[in-house]
Amino acid sequence: MRISTILYCIREALVSILRNGWMTVASISIVAVSLVILGGSVLLVMNTGYLTQRLESKVEISVFLEEELAAADVKEIGEKIKSTAGVAEVKFIPKEKALQEMKKSLGSRAQVLEDLEKNPLPDAYRVKAEDANQVPALAGSFEQLDGVEMVRYGKGVVEKLLSVTQWLRVASWTLMGILGVSALFLISTSIRMSVFARRREISIMKLLGATNWYIRAPFLMEGLIMGLAGALLAVAVVYLGYIALVDKIKVSLPFINLVPGEEVFTVVPGALLGLGILIGIFGSLISIHRFLSDKKA
Amino acid sequence: MEYNDSNVKVVQHLIHFYNVTKTYDNGVKALSDITLRIRKGEFVFLVGPSGAGKSTLMKMIYREELPTRGQVMFNGRNVVRLRSREIPLLRRKIGMVFQDFRLLPQKTVAENVSFALEVTGASRKYIRKAVPLVLQRVGMLEKANCYPAQISGGEQQRVGIARAIVNNPVLILADEPTGNLDPDTAKEIMELFNVINRNGTTIIMATHARDIVDDMKRRVVKISGGRIVSDEESGVYSFAN
Ligand SMILES: Nc1ncnc2c1ncn2[C@@H]1O[C@H](COP(=O)(O)OP(=O)(O)OP(=O)(O)O)[C@@H](O)[C@H]1O
Ligand SMILES: [Mg+2]
Repeated sequence: MRISTILYCIREALVSILRNGWMTVASISIVAVSLVILGGSVLLVMNTGYLTQRLESKVEISVFLEEELAAADVKEIGEKIKSTAGVAEVKFIPKEKALQEMKKSLGSRAQVLEDLEKNPLPDAYRVKAEDANQVPALAGSFEQLDGVEMVRYGKGVVEKLLSVTQWLRVASWTLMGILGVSALFLISTSIRMSVFARRREISIMKLLGATNWYIRAPFLMEGLIMGLAGALLAVAVVYLGYIALVDKIKVSLPFINLVPGEEVFTVVPGALLGLGILIGIFGSLISIHRFLSDKKA
Repeated sequence: MEYNDSNVKVVQHLIHFYNVTKTYDNGVKALSDITLRIRKGEFVFLVGPSGAGKSTLMKMIYREELPTRGQVMFNGRNVVRLRSREIPLLRRKIGMVFQDFRLLPQKTVAENVSFALEVTGASRKYIRKAVPLVLQRVGMLEKANCYPAQISGGEQQRVGIARAIVNNPVLILADEPTGNLDPDTAKEIMELFNVINRNGTTIIMATHARDIVDDMKRRVVKISGGRIVSDEESGVYSFAN
């Protein structure tokens, strides 16, 4: 295709896009909205994957020991835990170290601990399981051991997170599907309006020996431009929104690690732009097929 | 093409209708068993009452409509058998002129003419050269930048003719080209067609203009009720109806 033909297509497409006014606005917006939802859902999936991976590796069982145990008993409990099937790693945390860690995590507010007469924390073992699924069973068996005061682990956190995000994922894909179909419908309606506005011109072009694709190309371009415009809008919204979210969370919820912006935006914009263009082209193909097919040509 | 007994090519016909019948979807039989030959370089008038089938006959040539029965040869090709993507190439060999001019109102005179070249994929350079030349030929160079609404009907038809000939077609199909024009303007337009024909372009013209047909003394094919009722070299309009 020569440059002048491409320029011709772009010019004709822009004329139609301007002429269709609100219809164009509606088409572009709905493409943008459906792609924002898609982008949001992709980010959600990426982040839950990232978070659960980190959480899972963090799920450990804390086995707190009774006070005033003999050193030999402490050691024996350690051996028993170590020999249980499914245990990957066992670490002894003496109460002094637990207190230090607590001071560290409290930071400037550690002053409250200074006022204590006596270390209130027990000695403990921290146990990592080979598999996160075994955690509840292991915790139960440790509770039965003599000299164990209590057992704690991040009960249900991972499962809850996964089930909530699973649900969100399904909901957003469904919404995206519905909006995507509406986007196709609106674009094909705009294109149909453009075809009707130009039907006289089209009939003259046919008499002058224009090929079918020469006649159709401006309408394809029109769909493409609308899809691209919607996608650019969506990329801007998703990008700015995500950057703002990451900043906000860094300040208010520092223990939650989101996938960094740079990492997300290597793939997401390309995917959204590609999809927007596809929606635009496909939408205009629907109208071209119905109103400019060979038979009606 | 025709062959004599010894299979030697004798005459090249530009157009050849073989027993063409056209029945429209609504059951109207617009053409019945038309057989017609037109040689390269001829000037042929199609006359006959309204609804006789003149426009339909021309539509068979540029494949706007397909015959129900029969074959139509144009320039050595069977038009009926063309694949749909070959139709544009057929139409680039034919210039069409209509009673209602069919210019695009939002384009200037020059743009309307260059449009005919653009849709065929001609180069900018060629278009810039060819358009002023053809506007000169039809006497519309001065009004190249006017819009159709700013010029008279006769001038609009000149532009229509310029657009039809800018592709150097082998055939011009003119469907009542003077139908909307006053007699003097019609004469000027006919003179233009005469010049184009003298330069070798075949012309088929449907018309109701009795005096024009009688003046020109060209071949006249009379159609009535979808049938050819007479076909005379240098004929006259005289139609008993
Ligand atoms: N697209 C169509 N569908 C159905 N019938 C048609 C169609 N076009 C023409 N006809 C019918 O076919 C017949 C021949 O029409 P045609 O237009 O060829 O006549 P014509 O000789 O050109 O008439 P005029 O001098 O009025 O232009 C008429 O009866 C007309 O009503
Ligand atoms: Mg007619």
